[in-house]
Amino acid sequence: MFKTLFKNRGEWIAFLATIILLAVILPLVMPIFRLNLIGKYLTYGFVAVGLVLLWGRCGVLSLGQGVFFGLGGYCMAMFLKLEASDPESTAIQSTPGIPDFMDWNQLTELPAFWVPFKSFPFTVLAVIAVPTLVAFVIGWALFQRRVGGVYFAIITQAIALILSLGIDGNQGWTGGRNGITDLRTLLGWDIRSESAQYILYFVNLILLFGCVLVSKYVTNTRIGRVLVAIRDREDRVRFSGYNVAVMRAVTFAIAAMFAGIGGAMFVLQVGFMSPSLIGIVPSIEMVIFCAVGGRLSVIGAVFGAIIVNLGKTTFSEASPELWLYLMGGTFIAVVMFFPKGLAGLMEKLFSLKAVKAGFASLGSKMKGLVSKSDAKAEEETSSTTPLETPTTNSGK
Amino acid sequence: MEYSWEDLRAIFVMQGFAGISLFSVLLLMGLGLALIFGQMGVINMAHGEFMALGAYTVYFCSELTQSLAPSFGPYYFVIAIGLAFLGSALLGALVEWAMIRHLYHRPLDTLLATWGLSLILQQTYRSIFGAREVTPELPGWLMGSFSVSDTIDIPINGVFVLGLAIAVTCGVLLFMFRTPFGLRLRATVQNRKMSGAVGINTEKVDRLAFAIGCGIAGIAGAAFTTIGSTGPDSGSRYIVDAFLVVVFGGAASLFGSVVSAFGIAQAQSILEFFLEGTMGKVATLFFIVVVLMFRPQGLFPGKVRSN
Amino acid sequence: MIKPTDQQTFLLEVEGLGVSFDGFKAVDDFNFYMDRGQVHVIIGPNGAGKTTVLDLICGRTKATSGNIRFNGKEIRGMNEHNIVRLGVGRKFQNPSIYEGLTVLENLELSHPKGRGVFSCMVFRRTEDIQKRIEEVAEEIGLLEFLETEASILSHGQKQWLEIGMLLMQDSDLVMLDEPVAGMSVRERAETVNLIKKISKNRSIVVIEHDMEFVKQIADRVTVMHLGKVIAEGSMEHVQQNPKVIEVYIGH
Repeated sequence: MFKTLFKNRGEWIAFLATIILLAVILPLVMPIFRLNLIGKYLTYGFVAVGLVLLWGRCGVLSLGQGVFFGLGGYCMAMFLKLEASDPESTAIQSTPGIPDFMDWNQLTELPAFWVPFKSFPFTVLAVIAVPTLVAFVIGWALFQRRVGGVYFAIITQAIALILSLGIDGNQGWTGGRNGITDLRTLLGWDIRSESAQYILYFVNLILLFGCVLVSKYVTNTRIGRVLVAIRDREDRVRFSGYNVAVMRAVTFAIAAMFAGIGGAMFVLQVGFMSPSLIGIVPSIEMVIFCAVGGRLSVIGAVFGAIIVNLGKTTFSEASPELWLYLMGGTFIAVVMFFPKGLAGLMEKLFSLKAVKAGFASLGSKMKGLVSKSDAKAEEETSSTTPLETPTTNSGK
Repeated sequence: MEYSWEDLRAIFVMQGFAGISLFSVLLLMGLGLALIFGQMGVINMAHGEFMALGAYTVYFCSELTQSLAPSFGPYYFVIAIGLAFLGSALLGALVEWAMIRHLYHRPLDTLLATWGLSLILQQTYRSIFGAREVTPELPGWLMGSFSVSDTIDIPINGVFVLGLAIAVTCGVLLFMFRTPFGLRLRATVQNRKMSGAVGINTEKVDRLAFAIGCGIAGIAGAAFTTIGSTGPDSGSRYIVDAFLVVVFGGAASLFGSVVSAFGIAQAQSILEFFLEGTMGKVATLFFIVVVLMFRPQGLFPGKVRSN
Repeated sequence: MIKPTDQQTFLLEVEGLGVSFDGFKAVDDFNFYMDRGQVHVIIGPNGAGKTTVLDLICGRTKATSGNIRFNGKEIRGMNEHNIVRLGVGRKFQNPSIYEGLTVLENLELSHPKGRGVFSCMVFRRTEDIQKRIEEVAEEIGLLEFLETEASILSHGQKQWLEIGMLLMQDSDLVMLDEPVAGMSVRERAETVNLIKKISKNRSIVVIEHDMEFVKQIADRVTVMHLGKVIAEGSMEHVQQNPKVIEVYIGH
């Protein structure tokens, strides 16, 4: 199992270092306000990890991951909103017991699709199932008809636009442009308290690393190789007896499921959900989180989400103008000069070190100064080969 | 709500004409894209910003005329259209040279890189022209409308823009099918290696095609100024619609783009009257996406994609 | 593998097969019957529709008319992967292998176990599979290259690897599109041996131009011209056929 998850020592060390950084160092040195922000960025990490599988491995670029982030987020937000709208706290409304925005829009009854979200188990199920199923159906319909590459990107982008405009336009049902706000408690537990924020941060982290491990497993077993094979030689895979459409649709669904979990965790940690988080612009930004981190590296994707968002917060406070130039420049630079992103840069750095280490161990071996096991370990590091080169990393 | 037969007729005609202005802009956007995407397979996410550049060019000319030669007011617009084309085409050629040509074999990466470019261009417009939307001083002859009946008014600017769109479309078709360059372009699209082997400078062909596509977006921007005011993100608001026009029409078919631009614009415009706010647009886009799921090759599939 | 119980039926029956592209009939009323354990070569001038016939049989191109029965089952209109799963393997004209993977991984991916999404996720390389991979690698002469990345193999070795992938799939019918194109004389000779060896327990359809090669391997030959069959029989038989001489061999 361990060998399946981590191909070599480098991957294992990167994974461990990330856990130590996010689960130990940051919580110790950061005030809760900052840590909560990191937690928010990490919810985008879910989307980026999914994109590594979908785009990096399988060569399918979705510009509509915000849709699934939003579906998961709205499911959670609807539950929290209903909890916040009990008849007592909404007694001043003309119809008590329904969310405030419905009351403002002269709704007198809870719409039918809201009713099941009174149940927490249903909500948890919906957070996972809704994005997954929607993605599978869309993916299957398109991949079955051999839609891929830029066509898939455009259609998913259009879906992101449709969903964000649709939510925006139906204020009474969805809260419209403002989104669903004032979310305070989860099953009576105040999610805005300091202790709750700590707990949610760690829950978020555990779920995220769960997703990281799932995608590492998928990448390193046969299905991962099949996905890369589909990316590089679709026809051959089909004539090896694989159902390419289903393989892709399942990958799309897994990526969507991750995004949905991320959306739900976003709502829990930030306390609201709105269409501005799921439209065209946020969806394509999610792709850049993945590209900056390295489209082939799941750990890279997590860092990509943190770094880009950190940059966004820092710069857009100081000088929003500069941020847009920087963001635009990042898109261009990553694509043209660093197609493997930060993970690629790190690999280069470490493989250089590894080569040096290899020489060093060779030298000391001759002097007979190191024990055999040490030398062996050094050898392992130096033979660390980079991930397969993305010859056609962008599909058709 | 109840509408009488008369009302409905008037609504359809009026919204139909409003739709025609939208049609003209979408068609011009779509034509440029069809040239770049349909023929060269490049996704230019900054296409909307080339359109905005055209619109800003017209605005700039208008301001210049106002302050330097007010008497030239009635005529500047025609020249501004030409400048809008040139400006966008020049920028397009520059972008092709600096960026696109390195990415021809990586279409998805082109998409991301041009998105980055669009962010940079938007911010540049914001820095130069401000975040507020601007409107050029349109010449008098473009204003007003003629009344066909008591309930039906037809705006002149709509008719002008339609004429412009038709003229550009005919121009592009003539250019593609009746000039030596058009022949070279079509040859390059069909077989790049072979075209290079028979002595066509494919690099030059690519650059020119990209530049012309962007130039047409510039004209779209000029047309746009007659129906709306221009802001830094005006272009990006049309980009998804424009891509859907091309994909829905069938990527390699210029004729398909015309038909689908018309259908999409009319549907949006008429539905907007009956549905609230943006829901007309949502309904139209939703319909298109569903159709594309079942018929991904679009309305008029070309032979280029059959492979 | 050949099941003795249904020896009486043909392995592959193609009747009245036709396809047209924009009115152009690339294949027209094509009939083709194949016994088990045969090497059947399709020859014909360029543009005769040979590759299209293979495309039609394996489902890559959808036929406009006719029937294709494999082991008595109608396969026309089925998806490619389902046809493959029934036991039809296809090699492309240009070697189509996974360049970034090793020879071993290439063969492993072609193993029929783990073609579904979930069986794929739990797939393990068992002893049996490892043995089978080595067997096939031995047969195609790549045993010592198991750990080599496929991209650095020679052109001929790539062709063999692709044939090996079809062997891994356990196909009853193997279709080879110009397997010796671009090969050296020595590689050709080895390919002849390979095809003879693997035809012992499966049927093989080959498209080829090289007449010497065809003579060495063919049990039966079908000659195509402009989408139609113009002659069929043994190599000597079709070589006598005046029509064939006119359109093809006489050139």
